[in-house]
Amino acid sequence: MTNWGPNNKSIMSQSEWPLWEVFIRSKQGLDHKHVGSLHAADATMAVQNARDVYTRRLEGVSIWVVESTHIHASNPDEAAEFFDPAADKVYRHPTFYTVPDSIKHM
Amino acid sequence: METLEKDLSRDDQFQARIDADVRIEPKDWMPDAYRKTLIRQISQHAHSEIVGMLPEGNWITRAPSLKRKAILLAKVQDEAGHGLYLYSAAETLGASRDQMLADLHSGKAKYSSIFNYPTLSWADMGCVGWLVDGAAILNQVPLCRTSYGPYARAMVRVCKEESFHQRQGFEIMQTLCAGAPVQKEMAQEALNRWWWPTLMMFGPKDSESPNTEQSMKWRIKRFTNDELRQKFVDMMVPQAEFLGLTVPDEKAQWNEARQAYDFGEVDWNEFWSVVKGNGLCNHDRLQARVQAHEEGAWVLEAALAHAAKRAAREAVAA
Amino acid sequence: MDHPADLQPAPAAIAHAPTVRQQLFEFVLQLADTSLVLGHRLSEWCGHGPVLEQDLAMANIALDLLGETRSLYQYAAVLEGQGRTEDDLAYLRPATAYRNPLLVEQPNGDFAHTVVRQFLFDNYHYHLLLALKDSPDAPLAGIAEKSVKEAAYHLKWSSEWLIRLGDGTAESRQRLDKALATLWRYAAELTTPTATEAALQDLGLVPDYGALAPAMQAHAAHVLAEATVPTPQFAPFAQRGGKGGQHSEHLGYLLAELQYMQRAYPGLTW
Repeated sequence: MTNWGPNNKSIMSQSEWPLWEVFIRSKQGLDHKHVGSLHAADATMAVQNARDVYTRRLEGVSIWVVESTHIHASNPDEAAEFFDPAADKVYRHPTFYTVPDSIKHM
Repeated sequence: METLEKDLSRDDQFQARIDADVRIEPKDWMPDAYRKTLIRQISQHAHSEIVGMLPEGNWITRAPSLKRKAILLAKVQDEAGHGLYLYSAAETLGASRDQMLADLHSGKAKYSSIFNYPTLSWADMGCVGWLVDGAAILNQVPLCRTSYGPYARAMVRVCKEESFHQRQGFEIMQTLCAGAPVQKEMAQEALNRWWWPTLMMFGPKDSESPNTEQSMKWRIKRFTNDELRQKFVDMMVPQAEFLGLTVPDEKAQWNEARQAYDFGEVDWNEFWSVVKGNGLCNHDRLQARVQAHEEGAWVLEAALAHAAKRAAREAVAA
Repeated sequence: MDHPADLQPAPAAIAHAPTVRQQLFEFVLQLADTSLVLGHRLSEWCGHGPVLEQDLAMANIALDLLGETRSLYQYAAVLEGQGRTEDDLAYLRPATAYRNPLLVEQPNGDFAHTVVRQFLFDNYHYHLLLALKDSPDAPLAGIAEKSVKEAAYHLKWSSEWLIRLGDGTAESRQRLDKALATLWRYAAELTTPTATEAALQDLGLVPDYGALAPAMQAHAAHVLAEATVPTPQFAPFAQRGGKGGQHSEHLGYLLAELQYMQRAYPGLTW
């Protein structure tokens, strides 16, 4: 697991606000989707900044913010062992099975 | 030796992914030079958006109608947003916004020279939208497919918002050109001042643009400077004609054989002079940014101090 | 997305007696001038804010206020019935005809000044609109109903910033104290009715400001307590006059800039 946020290496000056990742639900019924990041001193401000920055054109009905340092991600170097094993499990997909034409509703 | 070989193969693998149009994402391995080139280009782009707020901001308080005032304010605000999206993209590469701003303020980082020209009349708001944003869009649309994922995604958002910018600029020009003689003169005078500087926005000639080849190979860039400049002239000369305006270049003529407009030579001495800091507004633009940053420092500190106090209180309460 | 203000049909005026209509015109004009002047002041920050995120936030507030301004001028023009447009009202009246309270024309100063000015205005504006949306004058109620949502957000923004600056660093506290001392004297004018406002209040078209006071005071007390700031006393002499056309020196310059194009090139379309 590696930290996904922009970077642990990045030099933060003393007064730079922490970085937050922003997720927006564009309309009811849809998932929140990552749209970008911004800086804010606290969570309340981060939500409001997200509103002011990322929803100026009716892009959203709900906002999530997560401080970037709290996001953990899979390591791209391990992508092969993580994801390739799923490739040969064709039997997990409905198209793997043949159903007689006369059978409906399946 | 072993690491070198390993790096070489990584380089090849990387290039293979680029060639296959696979997007590069923040945690993926990438050559240092690719990372550095991107940070330089994205931060320059972000700085251009932020500095670019100033010449148009110059007219927000003097916009001639309430409708124009609201449109202009919304547009300049969008530029702040674009700067922010782009800083965010650069931050995924390990650059901090603070450091990027420090580089801007020290003069180490560049921004688009076009913003070192003054905005002297209301028609400049038309020209900036129509020509400058028009040129920017030509540069930016291909960047929506640039190889680095966060940059490409930021550019998709930017381009979506940018098209209103160009349209509102053209609409200002149209209104001026359909108005009183004094308005049409204002429009022509502004076009005379902005035409050549906008042609310079595409950068030096290909023969003098050392970074182009590598950037094309990495698919950070997808067209050369000269290709985009030609495209721009081909688009804009007919639009100027539609407005009843004349571009200030006698050589701007349709070339049937080339199926493109010929045009005169950009004054490259002026271009390099402004790049080096000698434009009319270089000093003032940078000074305005430095001042905003310095005068804002106590605000940032206060918000952090308050957040820390509040967090401490909540920890005690919990 | 088009601009909402452009999509709204011109509000239809309700049948009022001519005197009432004139009073209502003056009141709507006062509200329009107020939002315009404050929106204009906030727009001066654009490109110069302390941090990018707040540059966007202040521009959003300014845009809300400009939108409200336009709806109000459009309605005022209907009430007046002389064929003037929103731009005639904004760009072709001298400072003495402007009816905004003194608070909103005060210069931006530092960020603390802007926050305090905004807080004092938002606390009044939000509570006024909240009541005004029940006004029997339907067009006015309609404008208030749309704007009150925006004002609620503005009040949240300025309240939170006031708290941060009050309970932040020694420097922010000092700057906040100075801003409060400077601007508090302009607060009373907001809720001191002019003769026109009093007449409309008697008719029930405009809310009684006395009735707004408890909620305004409660909110201010809560915010100031969170900011660890003692409630400032009203200055011994509360400044007023703007709502009657007697302004501070600042408004003339503001209007010189705002009206420059329309004055230099009269009668043209832009």
